[in-house]
Amino acid sequence: MTANAQTQVERMLALVPYLRDREGIPLDQVAKDFKVKPAQIVKDLNVLWFCGLPDAMPGDMIDIDMDALDGDGVVRLSNADYLNRPLRLAPHEALALAVALRALREASGEQEREAVDRTLAKLEQAAGEPVASAAVIDVHIDPVDPQIRAAVDLALRENRRMHLRYYVPGRDETTERDVDPMRLVFSEGHAYLEAWCNRVQEGRFFRLDRMTAAEVLDESASPPADARRKDLSGGLFQPAADDPLAVLELDPAASWVAEYYPIEERVDLPDGRLRVALRFRDEQWLQRLVLRLGGTATVVEPTEVADAVRARAQEALANYADSGH
Amino acid sequence: MIARKSERLMNLTICLLVARHFVPKHRIRQAVEGYHDLSDDAFDRMFDRDKEELRLLGVPIEVGAINKAFEDEPGYRVRRDKFELPEIRLEADEAAVVGLAARVWQHASLAAATSQGLRKLRAAGVPVDESALTILEPQLAANEPAFDPVFDAVTQRRPIEFDYRTRGGGEPARRHVEPWGIVSWHGHWYLIGHDRDRGAARMFRLSRIEGTVSAGEPGGFEPPSDLDLRALASSLAPPQPHSSATVRVRSGAGDLLRRRATASRESADGWTEITLPYGDEAALADELASFGSDVVVTAPEEVRAGVVRRLAAVAGEVAP
Repeated sequence: MTANAQTQVERMLALVPYLRDREGIPLDQVAKDFKVKPAQIVKDLNVLWFCGLPDAMPGDMIDIDMDALDGDGVVRLSNADYLNRPLRLAPHEALALAVALRALREASGEQEREAVDRTLAKLEQAAGEPVASAAVIDVHIDPVDPQIRAAVDLALRENRRMHLRYYVPGRDETTERDVDPMRLVFSEGHAYLEAWCNRVQEGRFFRLDRMTAAEVLDESASPPADARRKDLSGGLFQPAADDPLAVLELDPAASWVAEYYPIEERVDLPDGRLRVALRFRDEQWLQRLVLRLGGTATVVEPTEVADAVRARAQEALANYADSGH
Repeated sequence: MIARKSERLMNLTICLLVARHFVPKHRIRQAVEGYHDLSDDAFDRMFDRDKEELRLLGVPIEVGAINKAFEDEPGYRVRRDKFELPEIRLEADEAAVVGLAARVWQHASLAAATSQGLRKLRAAGVPVDESALTILEPQLAANEPAFDPVFDAVTQRRPIEFDYRTRGGGEPARRHVEPWGIVSWHGHWYLIGHDRDRGAARMFRLSRIEGTVSAGEPGGFEPPSDLDLRALASSLAPPQPHSSATVRVRSGAGDLLRRRATASRESADGWTEITLPYGDEAALADELASFGSDVVVTAPEEVRAGVVRRLAAVAGEVAP
């Protein structure tokens, strides 16, 4: 209950100066800007109607045109001259914003960086002291080849098709493809181009540090009309429900796999090992993961993958056989 | 109930904000509607709680003596210059940048804090557009359970202790740390701080903190005045390349390795011999093993033996 009144007061302290500046704004627009339902804004207005100068004499209260609200769905608020500015940014708000801007700065191309810097400086000035503590959070994004980045920026800005030479680590394979860029996403320290891939006819994410060449073509990008940007709220890589499932047993040394990849099931085994289930799209990827884990992980299912990876290891060992191991 | 409480908190804020001088408590009780019908005790308790809640929202309520004659009765006020967001004017491109910032945090409480900050900016006349379709989207997620407690400890300067698992596995060990800051480094969140057990600065991956983080008193330590998280992260992070390995790569394979090579020589059989700088022998052996029969290590012997040992373990010939 307490939290609700606080949230409402916090919102109303911003709502009053917001409305003073925007006489006759549609209720729906207010709700959208405040990210609440219109009914909540109406509740807020009904509270504000009872607020005003001390001693609450008639005429001292905030005035809201209830007829305009009921009749036309627009908000008119007056008689609140003493609340003409919002409250200062609280330290945690200033910090969250400053870190978001720094992440943005880190992700920006040369062209946008200057605008981000100006914004940060103004925000720091407005927030005052609290933002100094923003030094306690830093976001580092791994640098990529500036030529690749410049090509991607140009293609996005001018909406042009690109030709990529792209390395697919799961298959240890370099591919050639034409893609129609949609946006540049930064997640977990890496930069990805989301683009419609004309080779596989699907939207895909391409990590910039895995592009060996990126050429901006003269043609415009023309992803199919139904190509949608992926909803990233669940993370960049969400396995599809129909991807096959693998069951692995991990030694403690390989337990990082359980935190690195989306795991569907996790069972602590009595011997200290971990049994996990994860979805994979590409069997090559799974084989390479198990080879990399060097015996600290075993494939329980599918058994064909277990056999294939064992055969690959034996084949690789043969390369060393002549010199003896 | 919520409406009445919100109304009272708003009226109290306005009452203190419009006052030119400190307002004595008995005046506040008369002036703010919600306080009228209460016993003395009930009023005292409610007033104390209300002040506390407004302070949590960031309303700067000051206490001071009204004058010498009323020494035993404190007065309260909110100074407008400390209450109001200072003037901020953003150009169109700067406002667009702020709109982009709104989408960065994928973490619930920091996303909420950002939204609240943006509401204030918008209320101050900054035209923030959060819905523009953009071509640049940095994202910051923080799914580690330790993120929130460590974040709070950093901002409040509370020393913390927690159980920490090292990369090699094994039992977690109790660590005592003065948390200086948090850094996202190669896509993972790390705590950087003074490790009281080791007597030196250390870096801890948040995902390896197990169980609860217990925090001491606020202001329990002083971070270095010249704190530079990025410099610390790069000095504390895994070793930089200091050695090099010679590796043979099959034709058409290992492009990722070829790009990192400092030297490369084609041989007649279609294989390429490359020189690879590395810092961590085990990490290199892990990576090279993943290429199976497409990569063969020539030197040094430790890396070669490391790869052979991994492959033999996967092949089922020996224990890892």
